[in-house]
Amino acid sequence: MAATSKQKVGWGTANVLVILLSIIPVLWIVSLSFKDPSTITDGSFWPKQWTWDNYSGIFKTSEFTRALVNSIGIALISTAVAVAVASMAAYAVARLRFPGKGLLLGTSLLIAMFPAISLVTPLFNIERNLGIFDTWIGLIIPYVTLGLPLAIYTLSAFFREIPWELEKAAKVDGATPLQAFLRVVAPLAAPGMFTTAILVFIICWNDFLFAISLTSTLRARTVPAAIGFFTGNSQFESPVGSIAAASVIITIPIIIFVLFFQRRIVAGLTAGAVKG
Amino acid sequence: MSVDSTVVTEPVATKPVREPKPKLSEGARAERRLGWMLCAPAAIIMLAVAAYPIGYAIYLSLQRYDLRFPDQAKFIGFENYVSVLTSPFWWDAFENTVIITVVSVAIEFVLGMALAIVMHRTIFTRGIVRTSVLIPYGIVTVVAAYSWQYAWTPSTGYLSKLFGDAAPLTDRWQAIGVIILAEVWKTTAFMALLLMAGLALVPEDLQKAAMVDGATAWQRFTRITLPLMKPAILVALLFRTLDAFRIFDNIFILTSGGHNTGSVSILGYDNLFTALNLGIGSAISVLIFICVAIIAFLFIKGFGASAPGSDLRG
Repeated sequence: MAATSKQKVGWGTANVLVILLSIIPVLWIVSLSFKDPSTITDGSFWPKQWTWDNYSGIFKTSEFTRALVNSIGIALISTAVAVAVASMAAYAVARLRFPGKGLLLGTSLLIAMFPAISLVTPLFNIERNLGIFDTWIGLIIPYVTLGLPLAIYTLSAFFREIPWELEKAAKVDGATPLQAFLRVVAPLAAPGMFTTAILVFIICWNDFLFAISLTSTLRARTVPAAIGFFTGNSQFESPVGSIAAASVIITIPIIIFVLFFQRRIVAGLTAGAVKG
Repeated sequence: MSVDSTVVTEPVATKPVREPKPKLSEGARAERRLGWMLCAPAAIIMLAVAAYPIGYAIYLSLQRYDLRFPDQAKFIGFENYVSVLTSPFWWDAFENTVIITVVSVAIEFVLGMALAIVMHRTIFTRGIVRTSVLIPYGIVTVVAAYSWQYAWTPSTGYLSKLFGDAAPLTDRWQAIGVIILAEVWKTTAFMALLLMAGLALVPEDLQKAAMVDGATAWQRFTRITLPLMKPAILVALLFRTLDAFRIFDNIFILTSGGHNTGSVSILGYDNLFTALNLGIGSAISVLIFICVAIIAFLFIKGFGASAPGSDLRG
């Protein structure tokens, strides 16, 4: 399509606007994290005096470091379990003919639409009775459930793109369906599984409601929940700098990761929802 | 114009061709068994962690259950529901939730569509734009909410300063405006990506043919693009509406529900963790679940949105 120079300017302006709007709130939290306590309330967009104190401050407290360990551990385990369980189901959905497939997809769709607060109230009581309230496992269980529907949909969309002739060939050579799955399909499916893992990890990493409801101490509290409970070193000191620094630390790695794998993520986000 | 939402024809052609066999072959039986075996863990987890708690919530919602006096728990029928539904707190929260949902999804749809078209049409900068829209998607909601909160806090924030030391978070409607802004910023990108995938399904030839026939850009958009994208649009709207209805994180950080800005999810949380009333909290949980079910039902039956992935069936 031949675009006139006027049109080019129009698109260019639109693009610049989009980029600025997406990045300004992020730059603002980064800027806050480098502000000196004395200038944090000056309201200027850029720090007048740069300091690393906010960062060194939060790494001195177990309030943040422990929460970071919790966040990473809980999100990684939940992601691994959800992707493993979902890839078995997605393989069956994409490849096998069996009654009850519609029921499984319907159930996962229902769960994807579930309001989290409806689960929090009963889970709070169930977990207290089972003694898993405020533990890693107490958060991993709801996170796996949270990630499963998306994982099943995304993975079944990816699995249908795999060249299945290879699987047939393996079966002709005498492999059982299970062997064909483990030896031939799983390696081919790895890229789709990796993409799904990123999406599920983001869901777990992002969660706030379960994290503040199902934990009460540092034992299992994740970073988003911990940030919500940050207080200053004294009651006269505002926690703005610490919150901003902690925010930057949990945000920047995810953003870099997302940008690095952006093609896959876009494919994954849209694969389950729009095809067909 | 035809109203096609009532006519839903089952695609006959996709019916699986079955060989006329009276009994399942050994292989088919093995396939069935393997299918069930592979799906079992996922099904069991989802039922145990979602279906069972909802049932348990219904049971709790019929009891008087104060966490401070757990021994005095007692069956009281629908009294909790009566208390909730006759309380102005519920209806205020419901009003806030509906307003936030409708306004933010509407804005997101318009902006998301514009963004999708920008990304679809521009070749050179598509990569950069896509990169930048993924930033709001990747950021933790709580972090984004703090960024907006500090930006609008008088004397700390650049936005507050820009608008003459404005303090929008201390006024109900202005605060709801900020909540909607935070919500729109975070999720427009997701909407745009879903819509862009829908745009890719619109054949370029049709657009060209219409252009030759003298259709304006707006006519092409409303007569060709929108109707062809209808399935993608409905799925995107359904997802975002349900997601917006359960809004919690943004409000919790921005206002904690103060100045009468709470959503139904905030109300449920407060009743459980501040008032420690498990009975009322459960009743609110069940009511929110019913609202979400009604919204989903309306989208799927009323507008004819096909459930995403329903093509995988069979």
